[in-house]
Amino acid sequence: MTILVIAEHNNAELNAATLNTVAAAQAIGGDIEVLVAGAGCAAVADAAAKVAGVSKVLLADNAAYANQLPENISLLIAELGKGYSHILAAASTNGKNYLPRVAALLDVDQISEIIAVESADTFKRPIYAGNAIATVKSDAAIKVITVRATGFDAVAAEGGNAAVEAVASAQDAGVSAFVGEELAKSDRPELAGAKIVVSGGRGMQNGDNFQLLYGLADKLGAAVGASRAAVDAGFVPNDMQVGQTGKIVAPSLYIAVGISGAIQHLAGMKDSKVIVAINKDEEAPIFQVADYGLVADLFEAVPEMASKV
Amino acid sequence: MKVLVAVKRVVDYNVKVRVKADNSGVDLANVKMSMNPFCEIAVEEAVRLKEKGVATEIVAVTVGPTAAQEQLRTALALGADRAVLVESADELNSLAIAKLLKAVVDKEQPQLVILGKQAIDSDNNQTGQMLAALSGYAQGTFASEVNVEGDRVKVTREIDGGLQTVDLKLPAIVTTDLRLNEPRYASLPNIMKAKKKPLETLKPEDLGVSTSSTLSTVKVEAPAGRSAGIKVKTVDELVDKLKNEAKVI
Repeated sequence: MTILVIAEHNNAELNAATLNTVAAAQAIGGDIEVLVAGAGCAAVADAAAKVAGVSKVLLADNAAYANQLPENISLLIAELGKGYSHILAAASTNGKNYLPRVAALLDVDQISEIIAVESADTFKRPIYAGNAIATVKSDAAIKVITVRATGFDAVAAEGGNAAVEAVASAQDAGVSAFVGEELAKSDRPELAGAKIVVSGGRGMQNGDNFQLLYGLADKLGAAVGASRAAVDAGFVPNDMQVGQTGKIVAPSLYIAVGISGAIQHLAGMKDSKVIVAINKDEEAPIFQVADYGLVADLFEAVPEMASKV
Repeated sequence: MKVLVAVKRVVDYNVKVRVKADNSGVDLANVKMSMNPFCEIAVEEAVRLKEKGVATEIVAVTVGPTAAQEQLRTALALGADRAVLVESADELNSLAIAKLLKAVVDKEQPQLVILGKQAIDSDNNQTGQMLAALSGYAQGTFASEVNVEGDRVKVTREIDGGLQTVDLKLPAIVTTDLRLNEPRYASLPNIMKAKKKPLETLKPEDLGVSTSSTLSTVKVEAPAGRSAGIKVKTVDELVDKLKNEAKVI
């Protein structure tokens, strides 16, 4: 049994979610190979070769894969994937974009966002925004799976010594082109991998007030997130959204500020180790999941907290 | 151009679902059913394309039980011109649905197919991408902006780090994210008019598609509960607890 893990990267660096995906592959068991598809991405392949537990790295370095266009990359993965028992990718917006295409090309069902491995063919995954957990069994010859990073502890980024093998295949479907990207730049840690996350909701009242959270976050070395209500109100951009339709996070400490705690938000953070809620409404549902609740005016409590940590 | 919009009948998003005592699934008896919220956004986008003069005809399609006619009537009331129900009492997986939709695409030959990015019941986020692969079409998933320009469509997508724009050859598949638009409500006269609009019913056999699946659900459980902790009185107490009790800062 050999498992193919598709590396998540930006042509320069291996994204940490790949380490969680390799961990899921280890839980399934068998040899683990990693595909790095991109352009000018040899450094990523070298990084993948060092990941603990990886036996081989395939490097498909071609202009057609530069921006992970799903039309092209799915053809490559479907072509290479035929020889594997499982194909795994992170349940990132990127993995979710191309992997169902791969499954359709291979004529198999895909299993989305697994959070646990029961056996080589049986997996657990959340449904109904995490309000139920389904155990599903696949009889497909090739099991195509996206992995929710928070369900698996990352393997070590160092310690492996796999060979890198070049893949010549250049698949260009010729139906799509990359135009551009607007990526948020921040010196703070990435939301998905941060140890501490400070999130703001509608209670922040406007985008400027998020400065209060940035102040606290910088003292804690934390990432800053937001509820859907705050994003929809235009306070902050969509890439900060934590929740069922945004990012799923599970940090050691999650501080929810001015967030009422809608089901869709809870779905994105309820696996955090410790949850703190700061809200002036003591009836807010967020308090039902919080380990420590502080009923207070956030405009006083957050600066005070920032000065005391 | 013709636009095909695929919709799904799901448990209303306001309903708190409960897992059945025998762990066979969630309890759907006497639960309010609605159009999947992402599908409402898909219908709205199609209607706006028609209002802009880009789309000439909107066909709404669903795969589901007889009762899914209700969601098609909703789509018709919102502005779709006609509807197709691919009737199946079984709960089908995304690949089977994508195959059925591909058969409808072959029949209808739309230039653009708009779907919700995921259904809020199964949370699969697969059907649009699978339909695109089976059709050999380009895809713009998780769309927050859609602009048709001649024989191409520019789609701005919500991705993990921000926004990405791609340029796709038509025909193409678009799946909607939350911020693409804000769906309208159907007016009473339009609801009445929708009752007279054509609704065609097909069976998977009529489309020559096998809906067998390699995937089975073993059990469905309630998630591990999280109980409320304690209320602290002051910021000092909170900081103390985080440092000395939880040891997370």
